Amino acid sequence: MEIITIVLAGILIGSAVYLMLSKSVIRIIIGTAVMSHGVHLMFLTMGQLKRGNIPVLDDDVSNYADPLPQALILTAIVIAFALTAYTLVLALRSYRELGTDNVEEMKGVPHDD
Amino acid sequence: MKHTLKKTETEKGQKQMNDVFLQFVSKVVFFIVIMFSFNLFFAGHYTPGGGFVGGLLAASALILLLIAYDKKTLQKMLPIDFRMVLTVGLLFAAGIPTLSFLFGTPFFTHQHTYIEVPVFGEIALHSAVLFDIGVFLTVAATSLFIIVLVGEAEN
Amino acid sequence: MTLIHLAIILPVLAAVVVRIIYKYYRRLHLGWFVLPVPLIIVIYLMTFIPRVSNNEVVYETMHFMPRIGMNFDVYIDGLGLLFAILISGIGALVVLYSIGYLSREEHLGNFYVYLLIFMTAMLGVVLNDNVIMLYLFWELTSISSFLLIAFWHTRERSLYGAQKSMLITMFGGFMMLGGFLLLQNITGTASIRGMLESVALIQESPLTPFAIVLILLGAFTKSAQFPFYVWLPDAMEAPTPVSAYLHSATMVKAGIYLVARLTPLFAFSETWVWIILLGGLITMTWASFNAISKDDLKAVLAFSTVSQLGLIMSLLGLGALSVLTGANEAHFSVAVVAAVFHLINHATFKGALFMLTGIVDHEAGTRSLRKLGGLLTVMPISFTLTVITALSMAGLPPFNGFLSKELFLEAMIDVREADFGSLASVSFIFPLLAIVGSIFTFVYSILLIYGVFFGKRTYDTPKEPHEAPALMLISPIFLSVLVLLFGFFPNILSGTIIDPAAMSIMASDTPLGTHLYMWHGFNNPALWATVAVVIIGALLFYFKDKWTFIYDYHKERFTLNHLYDQGLIYSRLGSHKVTDSYMSGFLRSYLAYIFLFFIIMGALTFLNTGIQLDFSNLAPVGIQEIIVAIIILVSLAVILATKSRLVSIIMLGAIGFAMSLFFVFFRSADLALTQLAIETVTTALFLVCFYHLPKRSRHEERVRFKMTNFLIAVGVGVMAILLGLSAYSNRLFDSISQFHIDNVYELAAGGNMVNVILVDFRGFDTLFETLVFGIAGVGIYGLMKLRLNRKDEQDETHAKKD
Repeated sequence: MEIITIVLAGILIGSAVYLMLSKSVIRIIIGTAVMSHGVHLMFLTMGQLKRGNIPVLDDDVSNYADPLPQALILTAIVIAFALTAYTLVLALRSYRELGTDNVEEMKGVPHDD
Repeated sequence: MKHTLKKTETEKGQKQMNDVFLQFVSKVVFFIVIMFSFNLFFAGHYTPGGGFVGGLLAASALILLLIAYDKKTLQKMLPIDFRMVLTVGLLFAAGIPTLSFLFGTPFFTHQHTYIEVPVFGEIALHSAVLFDIGVFLTVAATSLFIIVLVGEAEN
Repeated sequence: MTLIHLAIILPVLAAVVVRIIYKYYRRLHLGWFVLPVPLIIVIYLMTFIPRVSNNEVVYETMHFMPRIGMNFDVYIDGLGLLFAILISGIGALVVLYSIGYLSREEHLGNFYVYLLIFMTAMLGVVLNDNVIMLYLFWELTSISSFLLIAFWHTRERSLYGAQKSMLITMFGGFMMLGGFLLLQNITGTASIRGMLESVALIQESPLTPFAIVLILLGAFTKSAQFPFYVWLPDAMEAPTPVSAYLHSATMVKAGIYLVARLTPLFAFSETWVWIILLGGLITMTWASFNAISKDDLKAVLAFSTVSQLGLIMSLLGLGALSVLTGANEAHFSVAVVAAVFHLINHATFKGALFMLTGIVDHEAGTRSLRKLGGLLTVMPISFTLTVITALSMAGLPPFNGFLSKELFLEAMIDVREADFGSLASVSFIFPLLAIVGSIFTFVYSILLIYGVFFGKRTYDTPKEPHEAPALMLISPIFLSVLVLLFGFFPNILSGTIIDPAAMSIMASDTPLGTHLYMWHGFNNPALWATVAVVIIGALLFYFKDKWTFIYDYHKERFTLNHLYDQGLIYSRLGSHKVTDSYMSGFLRSYLAYIFLFFIIMGALTFLNTGIQLDFSNLAPVGIQEIIVAIIILVSLAVILATKSRLVSIIMLGAIGFAMSLFFVFFRSADLALTQLAIETVTTALFLVCFYHLPKRSRHEERVRFKMTNFLIAVGVGVMAILLGLSAYSNRLFDSISQFHIDNVYELAAGGNMVNVILVDFRGFDTLFETLVFGIAGVGIYGLMKLRLNRKDEQDETHAKKD
């Protein structure tokens, strides 16, 4: 199972990289979202899969799934949302100011200072 | 481009639809979701849930209302400034650990106690819940704040 | 939490209150509300004097992160208490003075908030036992000083001065942090008291010289020692109360404090002794020489401050020297007592002089010595006060400056008796430099009195000068009275505060029993040195026009200031060149750098170590998981292929929901819930945003462009898979999760481990995460509300009119 998830995570990350390298802002944002999914999956796998029960204390259970990656991923999910929201609004705003969503055209004049 | 955007917007404004069905359902669903979110939040220390999920669900319940009605109606229903909620949330999140610091224990040491309540039996009181309230408020307020901001742009 | 801790943070708490008062109540000058704060603190600190003069120390701690030694440890001994009383006492006087100096039209709210922050920072520096906390407060003083210098932020000179002081002191502070970390490494503790117990370790360690140099960089930049003094004259752009407070009486003495505090640690080291001793003496002489050529009153005082700081610094060096050379114990104590005594005296007379300069500036409208003159008749009170304080600075009897100057000269003359080894022949340099510096000090002190109050009235001052209001005179009068009081009755101080402070510098327990007196008899060489200083100084002053031409040889091009300016320009140019060489301005190139770096580093690692895979311990594969994996792959393919933005968003949502299914399969209920909620909110957000974004989701891309991207993407993907597989196969250590699982009920009284980790075990993560979230919210608010071009602004005003 772990091999499958790792490969899947790798594919997600690779595709995310492809999306992030493209010209359109929306695709870049989607790319970051996809990448966060890939990283979360990879992270979860590192804590070993399906080795125990849900990490909620229970008298009948002695084996729990690793809670630490879960806690870290939970944080990461929320941060990834903040990141997506911020980049989306940034894209929106720059589209309105510059009239383009093509990152190649967004390059401004170099600063004097 | 800007021009056409504005134009479509006014057209949309005229054709403001009154989707009675959606509005009715959303009212009902709103209460279910918000109750669920509180449940998740308060149960979070012992069963799955917690400040993040609770906050996000609360936000999505409000977003549902926002989609069914509009910003003005939402503000009439809930006359709260999200910036204020955000600030209060951050204050809670930063203040609770600091309080424990001020009372002589290391930063971020939580305190807990059990009290006996007539009907419910033994109840745990935990300062971590107060910290979680901060997380709840911040997450809920920020998510909603973002969507309201984007939604009202150019209006 | 004790009263002492509260006293340290009281100013910051008061700052919040003051800010609120300022918003709602402006009838009374804000300073009146600020004044009680330093008064309360100084009275509270005074209550420690009896205990401290009995050689007790007060130690209180607040645990912050005890395991890594990060605590708020407050430590009151003679030295700390002396500084703390100076800070709060002078602070009270300065606040009182500022009420008269700053009119109510200024941004008083900002001013007093910065001032109060500074007060807390400074108290934190001097009453702290933990070096890391000390560093934090140290930098806070730099920041508040920066804000105060730039208080009149519309003036270009203010901004220049503020930036300069910030760059130089922050550089020093950063170096100092390095020194502290080295020290912590050597001794294994962050507590200064703890370090004192392991002096032997410090003596042995080869890292000690580096630590010394780094820490001294911090002390020298802060205390404006040669060659870092250049920021202090430019800091004089600050309002005069600030100059009186930060840049003469307190902040610049932080460096002195640091040196004094660490003297017991480092006195064995030659590096330490020579840098301090020579650095201090050179600073003293050079700055006093330069002070004479200045026209601006405050510039004269700035250089004078630098020079006096050098004097105190050299005395501390002298104390350490007698330890190093094993000389007479008495020399040690004389030098240290002189340093402490002069520290107090300098705070009194220099604080008063700055305030008086401010009065002259305030009433006459200029600080230029060329324009001022003959104010004796119009400002008699200011004149009297200036005479008292300036003569004290010059080192004349019967003022307190005379006493400490005599001690200084005595110590410098006696130093020749120490054992210098091969350097014995040049030991005359110490008394020589000391006397030369004293002569120049005498000259500029007289110049100050003469230039402002005697001579002809020039009548080209911008304002018609008159005596200052009583409010502004109270503080300098109080300080001048202290100058006289300490001059006639120095022994009020010696037993109560000087001795305890000197003893904590020397780290000794034996009482010194210092007795200060004015008359040492005719056979005291220091007396003749003073006489020589007065005579030569008077001659130099009288023939001033004959010799001041030498300042003309001192071209702007060769000054340290010029060096600083050029350094700033060239470092900016240089970094521009470097940055421009790889910053193309295209997002894609930056991303490509990152990804290529990742690929190359990964490849190199694998080439070095080889890949070891071990799949003996795998979880079983279920059919439902395969289906979800296929859903993800298909959605991904659609995203990559489609041109429609709506389809790609829906597919992104599909991936998100599939992920939450994965979380369910892998027994993580919290994650599944959160992922579901997030996915809902994200989709809503995308939909709202789409209304404003262009319809097309992609641009025409050429095949070569696509191929490059494809190759990089494949590289990153493969590398990620390899990394993941090898990381999974090689578990080098056990998971720390077992701790969380075992202790979730006992330590945190919770049941849901994930939530307990979030709010308790790893609460810091969550705290900062909420902060990040809040920042994102505020950032988005800024992005949406920001008006970039004028047209929008016009729209705005129109909208308001409508």
